Amino acid sequence: MNIRPDVSARPIPVTVITGYLGAGKTTLLNRILTGDHGKRYAVIVNEFGEIGIDNDLIVESDEEIYEMNNGCVCCTVRGDLIRVVQGLMKRKGRFDAIIVETTGLADPAPVAQTFFMDEDVRARSRLDAVVALVDAKHLLARLKDSPEPEEQIAFADVVLLNKTDLVDADTLAEVEAVVRRINPTATVHRTERAAVALDHILDRGAFDLARILENDPHFLDATDHDHDHECGPDCDHDHDHHHHHHGHDHHHRGLDGRVHDTTVGTVALSGGELDADIFMRWIQQVTQTDGPDILRLKGILAFRGDPDRFVIQGIHMIVEGDHQRPWRDGEERRSRLVFIGRKLDRDKLESGFSACAA
Amino acid sequence: MPTIAHVEAGSHVEWAGFLDDKPAFALSEGVAVIAEGGEKRIVLHDGLTAAAPGRDGATLTTGGEDGALKRLGADGGVALLRGATGKWVDAVACGPAGAAAAASGRSATVLAGDGGQRQIACERTIEGLAFAPKGQRLALARYNGVELIWVAAQAPAQILEWKGAHTGVTFSPDGRYVVTTMQENALHGWRLADGRHMRMTGYPAKVHSLSWSARGDWLASSGAPVAIVWPFSGKDGPMGKAPLELGSMGRILVTRVAFHPREEVVAIGYENGMILAARLGDRQEAVLRREAAGAISSLNWDRAGRRLAFGSREGEAGVIDIA
Repeated sequence: MNIRPDVSARPIPVTVITGYLGAGKTTLLNRILTGDHGKRYAVIVNEFGEIGIDNDLIVESDEEIYEMNNGCVCCTVRGDLIRVVQGLMKRKGRFDAIIVETTGLADPAPVAQTFFMDEDVRARSRLDAVVALVDAKHLLARLKDSPEPEEQIAFADVVLLNKTDLVDADTLAEVEAVVRRINPTATVHRTERAAVALDHILDRGAFDLARILENDPHFLDATDHDHDHECGPDCDHDHDHHHHHHGHDHHHRGLDGRVHDTTVGTVALSGGELDADIFMRWIQQVTQTDGPDILRLKGILAFRGDPDRFVIQGIHMIVEGDHQRPWRDGEERRSRLVFIGRKLDRDKLESGFSACAA
Repeated sequence: MPTIAHVEAGSHVEWAGFLDDKPAFALSEGVAVIAEGGEKRIVLHDGLTAAAPGRDGATLTTGGEDGALKRLGADGGVALLRGATGKWVDAVACGPAGAAAAASGRSATVLAGDGGQRQIACERTIEGLAFAPKGQRLALARYNGVELIWVAAQAPAQILEWKGAHTGVTFSPDGRYVVTTMQENALHGWRLADGRHMRMTGYPAKVHSLSWSARGDWLASSGAPVAIVWPFSGKDGPMGKAPLELGSMGRILVTRVAFHPREEVVAIGYENGMILAARLGDRQEAVLRREAAGAISSLNWDRAGRRLAFGSREGEAGVIDIA
């Protein structure tokens, strides 16, 4: 995959809702559809749940994963989404945005990659954000017996920690810590019955290079001790209290499967100015060789001699990067890159990143 | 100089052609327009997702978002072939003697000309359908290959395997070859006699349109800034041969191709709305329609090869008279 500039004229936003069975996807979907926003949605579902979805335009499609013939095992797309999105676009006056509700067992990567790898879909729509619902009561048990919830959290831009009314405060704090450890870059909201302000999940621009990480103004401020979790702007819990209650360590280096049955880890790298050419070669090589294990990557980079911030985001082997905006006066020109994935080699990534220093 | 009669389509044109030589247009909104002596508008579906003309050129078989299948006649009459199923019709094909087939997700329905119906289940989503020239066999394009089923018999399907997602399928007019469009920017072909593979690659974009010349000597394709026309006249088809490249308009992508019903002339529609005709022999080209708003989404000749019906993604439509 090449690093390629963002295509800005992608008019129809697509929100992907993931979450294990019973996490509250249909409840959230109905909240979106009945919200007071004047927007019309086309909804793509892979299975009709028992609870009805209240919308005029629902398309049922059979989940169909296509591996691309390019020798890359992680380059997968969803054939059903390609077909349905193209079909919907033929009657585009009917709706303003698309919501994809995946099955509880769906892998979010092919869903997201469809919006980057298929040129026809890419030309007509843009992935806005991946929203994962997590059942606060059952997550810890689910993580022990199935890989999907962890994958869905790792992949998400927004996590709704749902059903908070069914657990006590300590359990909730523990579950939230697990979620943040799996994915420190996602924004986490605690919800009951999936009640969330819709602007927290819609129109996030999570893959829009012009906006990416603007939702996380502290992204560059993080210390090198990145194993301490970061909070989005909507973080509403007490950090001290949170940490006080959590004796177990938050290091990502150890997989810590003993405690929480998680296998996804995070490597966060920070530095000063980078050499653009060296960095580009390195990130290409890293995503080519380790792409299958990299679920998401995000970064803000300061290239020597470049007045603009360079932002980068990736899914497996797909990497997109572009200039975002000029560095502001007084803004420290720092670079930060976060990988979320499996079997990440922190030492290798750290030394590779360090070698990009200008 | 060609003249163009414009037709008010107003929304994405799924199919533009002729029914008994009357210009007809099927719109994704679900309306058909028959344009002769005024425009007759017929509501077929709430959302039309697939359409294929009958072999006799007199009817159009259509599928809707609700799963219904209908057949439109040149007089505007509509017959219901199958009621609503609730699931989009992804592909439709027509065979001889009024036979039709439709695919929704992982199942296909074969409708014999005499009204008999047969369901075919597939392990993967069926993306493309095509009847063999004589109509005894039906090709189903799906992930990792093509299934060739016998329309009237329960014999096991013949599987043509090739890794990857096959999104459309066509038989050569002599029935010797099956060719698919792929999710990758490529075509794949099989010689049915011995299963020999033919890879046709090098396209900068996905191929959405294929058209055989009248005698089956050539296969034209979209997916490049020129029409890519593969030679199929030799015994090995296009293997080891370079295709013709016709109708270069700079970097403007070709979106539709349509071979003339008799001559070795191909009509080429572009993403900027242009339409051009190119002759294979002397490479002579003639512009039939200038740049407009939408990419050409359908392009078909009448029986005599004197008129071309076209439609675009933005709802422009019309008939070009080249006489």
